[in-house]
Amino acid sequence: MTVGLRVNPIACAGHGMCAELLPEVIELDRWGYPILASATIPRALAEHARRAAQACPTLALLVEETTGKHR
Amino acid sequence: MTAIQMGTAIVPAATATMAVRSPRAPQRTRLPRLLAGAGGPCELREHERRYGPLPGRAGGRRPERLIDVAEAAGLTGRGGAGFPAGRKMRSVAAGPGRKVVLANGAEGEPGSRKDWLLLTKVPHLVLDGITLAAQAVGADEAYLCVHGNEHVLLDRLGDAVEERRVAGLDPVPVQLAGLPGRYVASEQSSIVHYLNEGPAKPTFSPPRPHERGVHGKPTLVHNVETLAHLALIARYGDRWFRGAGLPSAPGSMLTTVSGAVRRPGVYEIEMGTPIGQVVMGAGGTAEPLQALLVGGYFGAWLPAEQAWQVPMTHMTLKAAGGALGAGIVIALPAMSCPIAETARVVRYLAEESAGQCGPCVLGLPALADALGHLAYSGGRDGAVDDVAALIPLIEGRGACRHPDGATQLVRSLFRAFPADAHRHQLFGACEGVRRPPLLPLPGDEERDWDWG
Repeated sequence: MTVGLRVNPIACAGHGMCAELLPEVIELDRWGYPILASATIPRALAEHARRAAQACPTLALLVEETTGKHR
Repeated sequence: MTAIQMGTAIVPAATATMAVRSPRAPQRTRLPRLLAGAGGPCELREHERRYGPLPGRAGGRRPERLIDVAEAAGLTGRGGAGFPAGRKMRSVAAGPGRKVVLANGAEGEPGSRKDWLLLTKVPHLVLDGITLAAQAVGADEAYLCVHGNEHVLLDRLGDAVEERRVAGLDPVPVQLAGLPGRYVASEQSSIVHYLNEGPAKPTFSPPRPHERGVHGKPTLVHNVETLAHLALIARYGDRWFRGAGLPSAPGSMLTTVSGAVRRPGVYEIEMGTPIGQVVMGAGGTAEPLQALLVGGYFGAWLPAEQAWQVPMTHMTLKAAGGALGAGIVIALPAMSCPIAETARVVRYLAEESAGQCGPCVLGLPALADALGHLAYSGGRDGAVDDVAALIPLIEGRGACRHPDGATQLVRSLFRAFPADAHRHQLFGACEGVRRPPLLPLPGDEERDWDWG
C-alpha cells in the first residue's frame, strides 16, 4: 500500500497552504504553485498529507491510497 | 503561410530495389492510397465507383471483426500521438453500454493542412471510417469535428452527410460540430468537454474519454486520417495495408511540407520514408537549409544533416529527440534565425493557453519573454540560463500536454543550435532576425479568440 499525491492543476489557484502543511514534500515555484518532490509519499506523512488536502481552499491536492499495483 | 498545393505521392526509389521477398509478404502497393481519389469529383457516386461500396453491411453480423483487422494491419493514430488504433477501439468497445465515435478534423497545428485536404477532397472516405468505427465499437452517436470558422468546409461536409442519409448508408447519422479555432481546442478532452456543453478546454484526467467521454459514454476519438485508413483497411485488408511502409511502422501517411522547399504541400508517403526524401519529393530545397522542424509545434528541431536520413516513424523520430506528430515537416533556411523563429512560436503557444493551469498561464509567457530577450537583445550573461531555468517549472505541470509541447520545442532548439544560442548571448541578435518569419502562424484576423 502506498500513498499517492497529485495536484489538479486546473483547480489549483496557488494559495500555497499545502507547502506550509507538508513542507517535506511540497515546495512552491516562483509563482506560488506547488512542486511535488515525488508522486508518492511515505506512510508516516499520510496524515499530514490528508490535512493539507483538506486545507486546500480549492481542493486541488489529491491524496490517493493505492494497493501498490501499477494501474 | 505559403499556399498549400494539392500534393501527390512521394514513392521512395528504394521500393524498386527491395531485397528478395518472401512469397508470403504482401505485394507492394502503389501510392497514393488516401489521395487516390483526391484529383476528381468528391460526390458519393464517384467515391463508390473508385473504392467500391461501404463494406460490412451485408455480412455485418460481427462488425467488431474490423478491430482485429485494424490491429493486424498495425494502424496507428495519425493525429500526433501514434497510439495503436485497434487497441484504442478495443478498449472503447469493452466499455459499458453504448459508445460514441468522435472524428477529429479540427487541425490546430498551423503547419498542418492534411486533415483539411482529406475532408475537402475525399470526405466520404472519412465518413466511411466513422460509420465502420461506430459499428465496430457499438456506438449510437457519431461526431465529425472541424473548426467552426471553416464555413465552406462545414457546408460541403453537410452536403456529403446528406448524400449518405438519402442513400441510407450510415445507421448512426454523423453529426457535424464546429469547434472554436483554438490550438488546444482539438485536444481530445477539450472536444469532449465542448460536446458536453462546456468550453473547448482540456479537462483533468482521469477519466479519459475512452472511459467516460461524450454524454458520459466511452468515447473513441480518432483523427480523420486514421479513420480514412480504416475505411481502406476494411475494404482491402491488413496485408494490403502492410504493403506500404515498414514492418514496424506499416502503411502510408500524409505529411505537410513547407518552408524553404520548392513545392510546399500535402504529400502521401510510405511510413518510414527518410525525411530528406520527403523534402526532395516536395521539389527539393529552395535555398540551403540548416534544420528541419519535424512534428509541428509539439515536435522538435533537427539539424538538416542529422535529419536527412531519419525515417518518418514515431520510434525513429523519438530516438532522434523529436516527434512525428501529425507529419509536419518545415525546412528552415541557413539564413533564418532559429531562436527568433522559436520565440515567435512560443509566444503564439502562450497566447493559445487555455488559461487554466498556473504553470502554463504564467510559465509560457515568461518562456516567450526570455527567448525573445535571447533572440533580439542578447549580449548579456545568463540569457540562455534564464530560458533553461524556466523549462522544469513548466514541464509536466499542466492538465494537458500543451506546456510540455512548448518546452520540448525549446529543448530541441538548444540541442540543435547550441552555438547560435551562445552567440546570441555574447553578441546579441544575428543577421537572421531581420528575415521575414518562416514558421507558419495564423494572422490576428484569422485567429479565433473564443472558447465556446
